[in-house]
Amino acid sequence: MAREVRCKTVEEPSLVALAKTHAATPSFKNKTASGSHLSNVHLCISSSCFLSGAGQDVGRSCILVSIGGKNIMLDCGMHMGFNDDRRFPDFSYITQQGRLTEFLDCVIISHFHLDHCGALPYMSEMVGYDGPIYMTHPTKAICPILLEDFRKITVDKKGETNFFTSQMIKDCMKKVVPLNLHQTVQVDDELEIKAYYAGHVLGAAMVQIKVGSESVVYTGDYNMTPDRHLGAAWIDKCRPDILISESTYATTIRDSKRCRERDFLKKVHETVERGGKVLIPVFALGRAQELCILLETFWERMNMKAPIYFSTGLTEKANHYYKLFITWTNQKIRKTFVQRNMFEFKHIKAFDRSYADNPGPMVVFATPGMLHAGQSLQIFKKWAGNEKNMIIMPGYCVQGTIGHKILNGQKKLEMENRQTLEVKLQVEYMSFSAHADAKGIMQLIRMAEPRNMLLVHGEAKKMEFLKDKIEQEFTINCFMPANGETTTVITNPSVPVDISLNLLKREMALGGPLPDPKKPRTMHGTLIMKDNSLRLVTPEQALKELGLNEHQLRFTCRVQLQDPHSDPDTLSRIYTHLKSVLKGYTIQHLPDGTVMVESIVIKVSSSAEEPNTKVLLLSWSYQDEDLGSFLSTLLKKGLPSGLSSM
Amino acid sequence: MKLYCLSGHPTLPCNVLKFKSTTIMLDCGLDTTSVLHDGHNTGGWWHLHLGEWACELKECAGRVFVDSQPEFCLPEKELLDLSTIDVILISNYHCMMALPYITEHTGFTGTVYATEPTLQIGRLLMEELVNFMERVPKAQSATCWKYKEIQRLLPGPLKDAVEVSTWKRCYSMQDVNSALSKVQLVGYSQKVELFGAVQVTPLSSGYSLGSSNWIIQSHYEKVSYVSGSSLLTTHPQPMDQSSLKNSDVLILTGLTQMPTANPDGMLGDFCSNLAMTIRAGGNVLVPCYSSGVIYDLLECLYQFIENANLGSTPFYFISPVANSSLEFSQIFAEWLCHNKQSKVYLPEPPFPHAELIQTNKLKHYPSIHGDFSSEFRQPCVVFTGHPSLRFGDVVHFMELWGKSSLNTIIFTEPDFSYLDALAPYQPLAMKCVYCPIDTRLNFHQVSKLLKEVQPLHVVCPEQYTQPPPAQSHRSDLMLELQPPPMPYRRCSVLGLPFRRRWERIQLLPEVGPVATHLSDISILLSLVHHSALQWGKKVFSQPPIVQVLPLKKMRGLRVTLLKPVHVQARLKFAREHLDDPEEDWENVIWSDETKI
Repeated sequence: MAREVRCKTVEEPSLVALAKTHAATPSFKNKTASGSHLSNVHLCISSSCFLSGAGQDVGRSCILVSIGGKNIMLDCGMHMGFNDDRRFPDFSYITQQGRLTEFLDCVIISHFHLDHCGALPYMSEMVGYDGPIYMTHPTKAICPILLEDFRKITVDKKGETNFFTSQMIKDCMKKVVPLNLHQTVQVDDELEIKAYYAGHVLGAAMVQIKVGSESVVYTGDYNMTPDRHLGAAWIDKCRPDILISESTYATTIRDSKRCRERDFLKKVHETVERGGKVLIPVFALGRAQELCILLETFWERMNMKAPIYFSTGLTEKANHYYKLFITWTNQKIRKTFVQRNMFEFKHIKAFDRSYADNPGPMVVFATPGMLHAGQSLQIFKKWAGNEKNMIIMPGYCVQGTIGHKILNGQKKLEMENRQTLEVKLQVEYMSFSAHADAKGIMQLIRMAEPRNMLLVHGEAKKMEFLKDKIEQEFTINCFMPANGETTTVITNPSVPVDISLNLLKREMALGGPLPDPKKPRTMHGTLIMKDNSLRLVTPEQALKELGLNEHQLRFTCRVQLQDPHSDPDTLSRIYTHLKSVLKGYTIQHLPDGTVMVESIVIKVSSSAEEPNTKVLLLSWSYQDEDLGSFLSTLLKKGLPSGLSSM
Repeated sequence: MKLYCLSGHPTLPCNVLKFKSTTIMLDCGLDTTSVLHDGHNTGGWWHLHLGEWACELKECAGRVFVDSQPEFCLPEKELLDLSTIDVILISNYHCMMALPYITEHTGFTGTVYATEPTLQIGRLLMEELVNFMERVPKAQSATCWKYKEIQRLLPGPLKDAVEVSTWKRCYSMQDVNSALSKVQLVGYSQKVELFGAVQVTPLSSGYSLGSSNWIIQSHYEKVSYVSGSSLLTTHPQPMDQSSLKNSDVLILTGLTQMPTANPDGMLGDFCSNLAMTIRAGGNVLVPCYSSGVIYDLLECLYQFIENANLGSTPFYFISPVANSSLEFSQIFAEWLCHNKQSKVYLPEPPFPHAELIQTNKLKHYPSIHGDFSSEFRQPCVVFTGHPSLRFGDVVHFMELWGKSSLNTIIFTEPDFSYLDALAPYQPLAMKCVYCPIDTRLNFHQVSKLLKEVQPLHVVCPEQYTQPPPAQSHRSDLMLELQPPPMPYRRCSVLGLPFRRRWERIQLLPEVGPVATHLSDISILLSLVHHSALQWGKKVFSQPPIVQVLPLKKMRGLRVTLLKPVHVQARLKFAREHLDDPEEDWENVIWSDETKI
């Protein structure tokens, strides 16, 4: 029996190279490592020697992702609770010296809050980075204003040095490439990014990062319930390898929004009725607008007279941004903006410093939101001594800020110059931050269907709880790296192959016009690997292309048979026998003394010594193995008696 | 692959592309030039005495018109079953006006893709059209004249009107809302997967707010659809040219209708004529659409009126959607040119007409009734529709101002011939100035563009393959390409020259590394996820996955497939030896290359 190889797959040296690049060792190394089909998605959180970062803490987001040989920095935030080096992420993790440009392919900023973009000028201008920085249009518009504002407070008021300058902010913004929602931006030939709507604040985006078939989604901060001025986050079923989600409210399932709003209005109303003053520390953009709309409609409905003020000139400008970027707000506002722009307030007026000492009730929105500096702190100091007054903290406060301290019930605060401040006014915390709660995070997972989950931007204990819940419900891996920790996820990249249409059509034709999509089917083809590409073609085409001859693979087999007839008679007896057994097959008796069953050849010979011992020669090709072996077993059994020889 | 051409109008195209068994409609433009034959809403009349159907016809200044509600020439509906259309791609708001005719009452169940400005402004234009039509005095729909044997007897342009039997009256607001609810919004460069077989991507085309060209591609074939593009610096985002490269077929529509008129020069003429009339104490009437070029006109006037000392002249913009159009133009920062974008960052409104409104120089009214009639001062400049002069508030101004030679009408929209538009108002004392502003590509620009992007084949309306009939000697006003472009006309069905040869599938990852060591021939492929190509249409969004299983040599047919254990072992081996230098591999004996 002879068996031979019919044709051959070509192995080119490039193949070895392909396999070799797959080495991707889990380290954050220079981006020159060439991309491969088979790399690990590897992800690390920027570290700081002391504590905090984006890991298990709210306050400073900066995540490095290494995927398919590309390195991407997600957000570049700073910590509001520190006044020293610790406020910026530790970029020495990427490189000890020199610029970051050659280590990063791009930087993506999710939204304009300083804990997500505060360190950007420091990173790009002081450490050094010249590559592209991606952010949405509203973020690009508002981010430099907040940075400048923040710079003024720290440098001009506190007199700090070693901080970025106005010019640096401008230079940094020149490197920004605006990003539109759902636009697929090709950073380079392999790396593409796409932004999704995230709610949270004006211009907030989630980003999908894709290299080949591997992808990561980073949510930034997001909100899954539409509120008075923003819509809910949305993402399609993009099945990323990793979903990096914030988890600020990992354990909170916030009671219904309406309750919260009613509560808020009730408290404000009561305080104003008894002649007290209400201070609401906010960030200039974001929750401020939400609460303004809320109070504005309430004042309108109740016909209230007490003045509402909004501190700093930034706010008016801020409202203007909302008017121009109205496409980023929710459905209702977008629909009615021609008739009535929700961001033109009737009852809310600009605040002047002298108003703080005015008698009588008032409501003041003041920046910044965590009471760590600026106007809100000044007003707080003035009003803290009166128990009639009230402060409502509508958002999260970072550890170390005064906001955090009073929320923890501290009644005596140490101020600069060793003064102490007694806190007599009522302190209320109402979570109006537009972050997704546990339910929202689960909802997003259901939307995107990630293969792995990674929680950041939350507190360790709460994240632990959510992690268990996610692993239970979705049976996917969930990671929650601490600062400076690296998480490596091995992906299952698929290998794209080009298939010849001829082959596909032929195979489909063999199996009827409409194969069942659910049933696996076998098809034959030849895989050619050449010039780093994989192609699947018909064997004939492969042979032709490679200049190879086709070898036939034939099985031959001898069967001995006792049959006391002449050779031609035996043959015709065999013919009759097969004809009766194999119905539906083409069986031919050829004049040259052979019987053909399909392509199987049967010959009869006998030696002169033993004329009754016939030797049957069977020969069939590799393709007819089934039929061939069936025939050989059949004939081994001998011919039934009583066959006529025709 | 086939292209069905449902409209013969070169700038209001409606084509259907069948590609990998998806049926994609490219634009659905509504040819409104048909209303020029209508004279119902205008002027005084002499009835013709030509037979019993004569009551449908009217004559004015030697020309015959139909006395009927205005009717539009629709895209061809008989060429193919409209209910089989999977998606409609819209390139700009002028090219979507026939949408309700296609999506409503035809069994259409697909999706319409358009950018947000296209949807919003398209909605405004449709709303305006419906509003205008509702205000037209009710009349019988004339049908008799449409019979071929009667139409043959009619004089003048009526005799030559085409496809009159398909002309239809305007849709209702209900149809508009229902049609637009089928629109799904897309952003520039967004990759939209259709059934896992085809990917479509809108690209900025530079012509109007949110206007786009489309790329329709699979892994191996690429069709570019270019419609209404502009290289001039006006308000929209500049045209994305580089993404059109390497197309197999480029479908080219929407070139300029005024190849000989330079838009900048026309804008200059517009301003100087306007100033002249105002100074002489006359009024200026500008019949125009309520979105598009009007933004540029207002911006130009914003600079011009200071210098020309026209600061006190009132400008009126009268349209049921005037306010919305002006407001909407300010909120699409993402879709504007760089200059305007940086204004928004300040934050300032991107268009200066905000300031014109604030300083009361520009006033807008929903119609001439109501506030306008009491606040209206002359001499003034009025922008109003419809540019065909057959319906809308412009009709009243024609009657009001047409008799005085002090007044001027300035045509800026290129869609209608001004002579035809004015015909029912003749004789007319008013001055007429024709300054058509069409920023779309001219023949010079388009041949340069095609040289750069190098498509293998070009398909275009037949009008572009010969010089315009009025200027038959101008051989520069046509497309000359090698190979020559494939022309189409209404009702053409073109077979596009494509040879599809390859298709993309995915190997299951587990066998990927194994495959690299695979030397033997027979490969069992099992289509795990068939999804494939055409057959499983509408179900899968991902390419088919194919499992490759190597067969060991010399084993006949009954084959043990690789178990996960083997796969892991091979993977492990591969990983361990990945970094081995090239020389080490020289010492390895390959089972498939050697016989031991």
